[in-house]
Amino acid sequence: MNNKEILELAHWVIAQAKKAGADDTAVNLTKQRSIEIGFRDRKLEELTESTQNSLSLDIYSGGKYSSHSTNDLRRGELEKFINEAVSMTKYLNEDPFRTLPDPKYYTGQENIDLKLMDAEYEKIESNQRVDIAREIEDTALGQSDRIISVNSGYSDGHFMTAKVHSNGFEGWREESSYSAGVSVTIHDDGDGRPQDYEWVVVRFLRDLPPPSKLGEKAVERSLEKIGQTKMPSGVYDMVVENRAASRLLGNLGDPLRGRSLQQKSSFLEGKLGSKIASEKFTVIDDPLIIGGLGSRLFDGEGMATRRRLIIDHGILKEYFIDTYYGKKLGMEPTIGSPTNVVFEYGDKSAEEIIKDIKKGIYVTSFIGGNSNSTTGDFSTGIIGMYIEDGKIIKPVNEMNISGNQIDFWNQLVEVGNDPYIYSSMRRPTLHFRDVQFSGI
Amino acid sequence: MTRRKFIETGAKGIALASIPLVFRANPLAAFTGPDEVTGGLSDYYGHFGVDEAIIRKVMGAALERGGDYCDIFFQHTISNDIGLEDNIVNRAYSSIDYGVGIRVIEGDQTGYSFTEEITPEAMIKAAKTAANIANESKNIPPVSMKLRESADYYPIKTRWEDVIIDRKIPYLRKINDLVLAKDSRIIKSRIWFSDEASYILVATSDGVIAYDYQPMTMLYATCNAEENGNREQSGYSLGGRYGIEHFTEENIGRLADMAVKRTVGLFKAIKPAAGEMEVVLAPGSSGILLHEAIGHGMEADFNRKEISIFSDKIDKPVAENFVTIIDNGTNLNTRGSINIDDEGNPSQLTYLVKDGILRSYLHDRISSRHYGVKPTGNGRRQSFRYPPIPRMRNTYMANGPHSREEIIKSVKKGLYAESFTNGEVRIGPGDFTFYVKSGYMIENGELTYPVKDINIIGNGPDVLKKIVMVADDLKLDEGGWTCGKNGQMVPVSQGLPTVKVSSITVGGVNA
Repeated sequence: MNNKEILELAHWVIAQAKKAGADDTAVNLTKQRSIEIGFRDRKLEELTESTQNSLSLDIYSGGKYSSHSTNDLRRGELEKFINEAVSMTKYLNEDPFRTLPDPKYYTGQENIDLKLMDAEYEKIESNQRVDIAREIEDTALGQSDRIISVNSGYSDGHFMTAKVHSNGFEGWREESSYSAGVSVTIHDDGDGRPQDYEWVVVRFLRDLPPPSKLGEKAVERSLEKIGQTKMPSGVYDMVVENRAASRLLGNLGDPLRGRSLQQKSSFLEGKLGSKIASEKFTVIDDPLIIGGLGSRLFDGEGMATRRRLIIDHGILKEYFIDTYYGKKLGMEPTIGSPTNVVFEYGDKSAEEIIKDIKKGIYVTSFIGGNSNSTTGDFSTGIIGMYIEDGKIIKPVNEMNISGNQIDFWNQLVEVGNDPYIYSSMRRPTLHFRDVQFSGI
Repeated sequence: MTRRKFIETGAKGIALASIPLVFRANPLAAFTGPDEVTGGLSDYYGHFGVDEAIIRKVMGAALERGGDYCDIFFQHTISNDIGLEDNIVNRAYSSIDYGVGIRVIEGDQTGYSFTEEITPEAMIKAAKTAANIANESKNIPPVSMKLRESADYYPIKTRWEDVIIDRKIPYLRKINDLVLAKDSRIIKSRIWFSDEASYILVATSDGVIAYDYQPMTMLYATCNAEENGNREQSGYSLGGRYGIEHFTEENIGRLADMAVKRTVGLFKAIKPAAGEMEVVLAPGSSGILLHEAIGHGMEADFNRKEISIFSDKIDKPVAENFVTIIDNGTNLNTRGSINIDDEGNPSQLTYLVKDGILRSYLHDRISSRHYGVKPTGNGRRQSFRYPPIPRMRNTYMANGPHSREEIIKSVKKGLYAESFTNGEVRIGPGDFTFYVKSGYMIENGELTYPVKDINIIGNGPDVLKKIVMVADDLKLDEGGWTCGKNGQMVPVSQGLPTVKVSSITVGGVNA
């Protein structure tokens, strides 16, 4: 299907739903093409090519709501699908809060080109893809004689989304993405096989780092793990590498959502305008970064996006509220979920932050763990390095950190100047004071 | 990627999915007949609009560049979720997933492609794409197709496509009423009813053809409670490859009971002191220990590539001689059970560890060829969009020589871990974790105060050696677990008798 056909189909679905008895309908149509390459032992290990479509529709009928998706787009099947969808909705209870967004929220989209589609995408050739994966593997293999296994890979994708609502919204988005990287397993001096990886995701082919850099970095990260031990339980300073820090921020996602607030499962309920973190903590949701991985002019409900200050020097300024929970809560909708999450950066590099630590742990990865969104209690496994008097001393593993989110974010004392750029969450190195670690 | 995630379905909100009620007007109409859940091979051919001649033609295209082997995987999945929130049944989700995946293997190289259009033209095009992995002038002679019959490990009374929505809705209301009546501290409850019907048909260039009807269902209750200004949330789930007849009054009652108990029980719970201690695992879902500590490390793809810490340990002692660990696809109506795997191999019971000795990896086709062993029926995939890889099914430990009382009595100061939400492992170093949602402290041989929200971290082979006591009260978990690997999610289950680990690091406070 081309762009025009996709939009036509969306309008046809709305007409069919109306015919079947729906009052309102929202349709999302996506088409996605992707190619993935895996490389190992100097040969192509896996090659996957795919094109896929999906259609989803939200039905609003007699105050009742249901949502449906299918990838079987044959018109005859679709017609049956839509009829079934509308008729099953009748069995549900009425819910006065369930409506399409007020069309006033559709207006005011920024008039800018976010540059989400790489013009080079159609020009890339099969052998280029294979060459990238091969070069990553080649470089990694040459780095150390401790290497047991190297798995390199490359993938790219082209995504198209059309969104049409029966109350007047029509939107279109076309995006590209490229991903490349490698995971490396090595021998340590005993039974263990330390492993690490370096994977990046970018919007434009020209932004992929040189393949050799990816290979070198992954091997370097694996080698640093030789001789991992656990340290005694106790209170340490914690420096979190920018790449790993997304996990910490992710713990705030659920508690910030309208659904959690309305369902009484957020420790951030009633905290708007109050201090929930140290003054070093400022976070902006920015949907308008040119070429950003989370950039968009309209959100999942068709509402026009804008920049929002979420946390301002530790003060909570906004939640993520969608139409439904906004109505239930009696609050203005904002946007249902984050776009690009951007920290206000500090002025020190990771090295400079580490240099000032007397006794601490540099966390390079989190493993397992969870955070209770109702109470803020959390506990998570870590992998990293022990720091003493500003120097990295040895690798550590098999330790946990535990605490409560509110105490924890108030212990943030320093924010680095080094945002991680291969993600929609642009987080720098973070330094927390006095974190509870458990080990021996 | 190296991260293995293991998420309890529903713990983070059940994923959307599913389709409206009955599906009489579409290809499923091929499966008529009063109580018969699956038809024969011709019904499956009819369902996907193919026959042996078309399949052979597609295989011809798949092997035209000289691949050693190919398989074709047809799938049609219909799923439904209905939700209750704020005392009304106010949302329903449905989805249809339909397509065919074509895989070509050349040595241990894989070419893969899929199409959502099951027409001869689309399949041949996909087959030619997958064929590109090979580049040789071999010509594999065609073999004749033979149906591989399989056992039925998940008999159900009524197909899920024939259970209409108004039969399901009363369950949601009933559970909500039970939950709210049980304890006045419950301020919110959310109930989900999910069901799924999946039709699969696999054909291989070895001449095997096999099909399966795979039902799945889950009821899930989440509660929020308030006491003196404090709030807590927890829940319970009940499910497996069952029909609606599984949701008896008794089972529904237990679901509501457990959901409330697990939630209000958290008010008194505190965090334990941090550090290494003895840990006793309650029978049931604590089988998550096995899933993370050994299960993933025994998946043969990781061993074939020598990246697992278990890579050179087959036939070697890894645990006390009373430790036997099993991965089984044949448990009746259990979430991780499969009649055939997604490569058409029969399901089986596989010993990972027998009497303390490491016995067998979990194999898919590529690895069983690599090691020269029979397939173990572990080649699984999330859907037709993915090639199969070795995956667990129901992973559990056999009963041992001790008793539960004896085990708890033997602990001077330790943790009793009862309910869990998620876990993760790093295959090479063997570091693994699991998250304890609730449990108790044990002091001087007795359960004392409740504890909550603690991560446990250890090393697989090390913890296996530290399993010092195993009781005789094995229980398979009755809820729903989903395992993630290489971006593919599959349903699994797990179990454990009461077990004692002599020392492991517990995430706590005030060290």
